[in-house]
Amino acid sequence: MTTTAPPPARTPPAPPVRSPLRRTLLRGGPLVPGVVLLVLFLAGPVLYSVYLAFTNRALRGEGSDTTSFVGLSNFTDALSSADFWNSIGLTLVFTVVSAIIGQNLLGMALALLMRNASRPVSAVTGAIVVGAWILPEVVVGYLWYTFLAGDGSLNALFGLVGLPDQELLTALPILAVSFANIWRGTAFTMLVYTAALAEIPTEVEEAARIDGAGPVQRFLQVTLPLIRRAIATNLMLITLQTLSVFGLIYVMTAGGPGTSSQTLPLFMYEQAFSYGQLGYGTAVALLLLLLGGAASLAYLRLLAKEDS
Amino acid sequence: MTVTSAPPVAADPAAPGPPLVAPGRRRRPGPADVVLLVIAAFFAIPLAWVVLASFDGEASLAVAWPSAPTLDNYAAVLNTDTTFRPMWNSVVLCGGATLVTVVCAVLAAYPLSRYRSRASRPFLLTIVFATGLPITAIMIPVYALFVQVNLVDSMPAAILFLATSALPHAIFLTKGFMDAVPVEIEEAAWTDGATTMRTLWSVVLPLMRPGVAVVTIFTLVQTWGNFFVPFMLLLTPDKLPAAVSLFTFSSQYGQVAYGQLAAFSILYSAPVVVLYLLLGRRLGSGFTATGGLKA
Repeated sequence: MTTTAPPPARTPPAPPVRSPLRRTLLRGGPLVPGVVLLVLFLAGPVLYSVYLAFTNRALRGEGSDTTSFVGLSNFTDALSSADFWNSIGLTLVFTVVSAIIGQNLLGMALALLMRNASRPVSAVTGAIVVGAWILPEVVVGYLWYTFLAGDGSLNALFGLVGLPDQELLTALPILAVSFANIWRGTAFTMLVYTAALAEIPTEVEEAARIDGAGPVQRFLQVTLPLIRRAIATNLMLITLQTLSVFGLIYVMTAGGPGTSSQTLPLFMYEQAFSYGQLGYGTAVALLLLLLGGAASLAYLRLLAKEDS
Repeated sequence: MTVTSAPPVAADPAAPGPPLVAPGRRRRPGPADVVLLVIAAFFAIPLAWVVLASFDGEASLAVAWPSAPTLDNYAAVLNTDTTFRPMWNSVVLCGGATLVTVVCAVLAAYPLSRYRSRASRPFLLTIVFATGLPITAIMIPVYALFVQVNLVDSMPAAILFLATSALPHAIFLTKGFMDAVPVEIEEAAWTDGATTMRTLWSVVLPLMRPGVAVVTIFTLVQTWGNFFVPFMLLLTPDKLPAAVSLFTFSSQYGQVAYGQLAAFSILYSAPVVVLYLLLGRRLGSGFTATGGLKA
């Protein structure tokens, strides 16, 4: 968060006098390794995907021997395919349920509760929630598979309290993977909000308390406006993270049963590798990239605004 | 970025650190404690399964206390094919990628942090933009590209790609930590005639060691858990890291070996858990940044 004082103006360290060009080259030198990597392995593939998306490149069958331009047909194929729209819808559900509602609200609740809880309790809760976050995603996939499976932990618990068995993995798999993603991702939001809340001067809330504002009022009218930038940034970041979730869903349901949990990354993967249609898969990937790029741009504008 | 001025205030679940609540604010357990404990219990059930099942000779899908706790599951997976080689591959892949990322990030952050140039702001904004790009979306073109230049199944190429995917975030964080190092100290070094590299190595780096530790651990944990990149770019079973071999585990051993699956999951997760315990209270400094970073 921005503090009160502007960053101290940096005076460049007084360098020995050299010609301007030589100086620029010398100063920029340390950037070279990073820039080379970013150009080769990030910008390169992005540009290549723009080319590939307009071709019929395939791993086998037509397009595997000779690659030819097919214009926009990959895109028109996608936009007229029911499976594509199914995966768009599922991606939307997955992102809204698991990131924007689940991780965001639960993370905020945890951050707020931890301010009011006793220290041992918040330490234990924090450790468990962060523990869920640091586990590798394949492990999380297995944990949640076993938790939700027909004879898994959740049904065992439901049995104890007399609730009927759930079959979330087959009945509503998109919800199953969303819950897993909430479990895995909430710590991130919790940490961001905890950091943001810690930067609010206590006097501000104290003043509101003295003025007779209740807890809800204090939260809505004092706390929330003060951390709105953190909220916006966090929403952007968790949206981006959730858009690219692949391993978790792949391990839990592999997109199934059928295509009932096939989000965009899984759809893209299936088209490119199960069906060997690299060009078509890339076109879908490009749409995902554009979606992510738009969210990233919004994030950037937000940060730039912060700066000015 | 202001990670710096105050000691990082943030959730510190792992190690003893600054208290999250003002001392003395609430002594007796209140409603907040009860709600938190309920949430914690819910979060703990899937974790409890993996721990208990790994010690259970007859582990099933449901969480249960092992009737006869045993180390058999660990004994069964602790061999070259199942654990040692995949773990070593993970060390090579993720350790190599982290090394490349941190070195490149520190180098790149120095001019970005120290010199004002017309190019530095657009460059930094591009880096922030790249931070947000979904790497998942470029895996197919990367695979197609690697096929073209015959780099599929090459460990060095996978290392470099993994390193690049973590690089934008690493540069972003490192630059923030470097901004916190006062420039005056360097000016003394400059006056004494030290070169850029010399100054960076012996003046700036020692002063931002905690920041470099945060970036290193973040990068290592991120790459250690990454499944999609090695899943796409490496093919030979001998080269697969633990992330991918864990995925192929159930098909190799049949669906019933849940205890062994749990044991291997624990072995594979242990390094990242240890790293986070090491990071302890510094964990939060990466998040103060996220809340409101200056680009």
